[in-house]
Amino acid sequence: MKLRGNVWKFNHNVNTDEIIAARYLNTFDACELGAHCMEDIELDFSGKISVGDIIVAGRNFGCGSSREHAPIAIKGCGISCVIAESFARIFYRNAINIGLPILVSQQAAENINQGETLEIDLKEGKIYNLSSKKKYSTEKFADFMQEIIDSGGLLNWIQKKYVGTSHDLSDIKVKRKR
Amino acid sequence: MGQTITEKIFNLHIKGKKVKAGDFVYAKVDLALGNDVTAPIAIEEFEKLGINKVKDSSSIVLVPDHFTPAKDIRSAQQARALKDFALRYNVEHYYEIGRMGIEHALLPEQGLVLPGSLIIGADSHTCTYGALGAFSTGIGSTDLAACWATGCCWFKVPETIKFIYHGTRKKWVTGKDLILFTIGKVGVDGALYKAMEFSGHVIEKLPIDQRFTMANMAIEAGGKSGIIAPDRITLEYIKEHPYKGLSTKNKEKQPVLLSSDKDAEYAQVIEINVSEIEPQVAMPHLPSNTLGVSKLKKICIDQVVIGSCTNGRISDLRIAAKILKGKKIHKNVRCIIFPATQEIYLQALKEGLIEIFVKADAVVSTSTCGPCLGGHMGVLAKGERALATTNRNFVGRMGHPESEVYLSNPAVAAASAIAGQIIGPEQL
Repeated sequence: MKLRGNVWKFNHNVNTDEIIAARYLNTFDACELGAHCMEDIELDFSGKISVGDIIVAGRNFGCGSSREHAPIAIKGCGISCVIAESFARIFYRNAINIGLPILVSQQAAENINQGETLEIDLKEGKIYNLSSKKKYSTEKFADFMQEIIDSGGLLNWIQKKYVGTSHDLSDIKVKRKR
Repeated sequence: MGQTITEKIFNLHIKGKKVKAGDFVYAKVDLALGNDVTAPIAIEEFEKLGINKVKDSSSIVLVPDHFTPAKDIRSAQQARALKDFALRYNVEHYYEIGRMGIEHALLPEQGLVLPGSLIIGADSHTCTYGALGAFSTGIGSTDLAACWATGCCWFKVPETIKFIYHGTRKKWVTGKDLILFTIGKVGVDGALYKAMEFSGHVIEKLPIDQRFTMANMAIEAGGKSGIIAPDRITLEYIKEHPYKGLSTKNKEKQPVLLSSDKDAEYAQVIEINVSEIEPQVAMPHLPSNTLGVSKLKKICIDQVVIGSCTNGRISDLRIAAKILKGKKIHKNVRCIIFPATQEIYLQALKEGLIEIFVKADAVVSTSTCGPCLGGHMGVLAKGERALATTNRNFVGRMGHPESEVYLSNPAVAAASAIAGQIIGPEQL
């Protein structure tokens, strides 16, 4: 799957309160959350972006609260992918679980600038900066995470692997680090 | 090669060979927690599976504590979704207003957390239970839904950073100051994806409430969990807080006392001499932006919040009362105090602490996460500044995006409420 969009650049430690403030957590409607995405650090963010645009950020993107509203808001406002130097762990899980594409690349995070146009090949994990003509590769996901991503999220994966079977997930063998 | 306490807890919750850091596992979960912000999404996702039954209702805990007592109709609907789910799936550990408390103070108090347990919660401060020697970590709503269905959750077994605290704590220096100092030292992503194991002579003597505070804020350094090996202090707490529910399965559970092997492999070992540490203040807008309280320039405040899953326990209230007794809150400051659970509230009432607070012109609220995350019961206006005993001071955390939050221990918060500016109790 290929994505194409313009870059919105953010710094290190973008937290979930900034992605979606707690005052909006009395709903989990994606469009409504999307309308307020990032507004405390980038006024009218959802109004300024075009569908398909891409967030590029520094270290520890999505730190703070476990609210799944954060990746839902990012998806809901039309962002197609988040690239960061690193992600906070709960955000990372949540993004994979709900099917928001995320990519880890220090080089891309450091060198891509606000407003540049990117083309991303999610399957290959490659980022092409169409503005600067540079290419970046990204960190590979662990096999079973890739399986969840390919299923379109954790619940779809559970649906396939577990529902209607006599399977106990804790029977699945330990997987050593690749 | 030996194992860390965290690796050993994972061994207990999977079938097959011993784990080591970096392994991906599907582990059996002892407790899975959700609240009125995160569980409604989980409920919607769970129902999509169409299985109409949960794997183990006795492992499910639902606490409506964030926007409750409901602040508006939508929040009421979210809380209602928890109640309906609890009724539908016979979830015993659903805590209604009047019986509830802030989740991370409530679960240990209810005897639900035992050393050696594996606990997940759709709330980032779920790491609090590591204070009792459990592995506990925050996850998202979809993870929670998957766990309700399967009884399991996927994990990457974390590497561990061992923190060793030496020396002697100065007066007024608490677990809150140790963890703020630690976060200041390693940064908000200094322990990213890792377990933070707190150890050393200082921790061995640290009262349980302060251990909760330290484990609670592991997430603020990016940690997956915080953990303290169970000891005499842990077991005393467990004994004083037996399981209060009806589930036979929970009644029969026993604590499993584990500790890291001497030859366990650590990602890093960090030694901290606490003798030189004074009460810490985290300045806007990161918990790692710390400074000793005496080094702060004059910072006037509009609001003080004492409470939360970090510092709303009885010993926190006792410290605040000691300082506020016979004094008045500064005329330009509002001081809001939140006992973390009904039981703590009642104890504070019995000890006369509530009277001290009210006479000092503080307000005492029912248990809620409300002000900590800018939800309700103490939201900040544009340009306002708060000092809070809570855990986060991000942009807009407590209200208007142009407001500011400073973090401290309860003694500094109480002294500052009287002074109208941030000061240490010794400067009062």
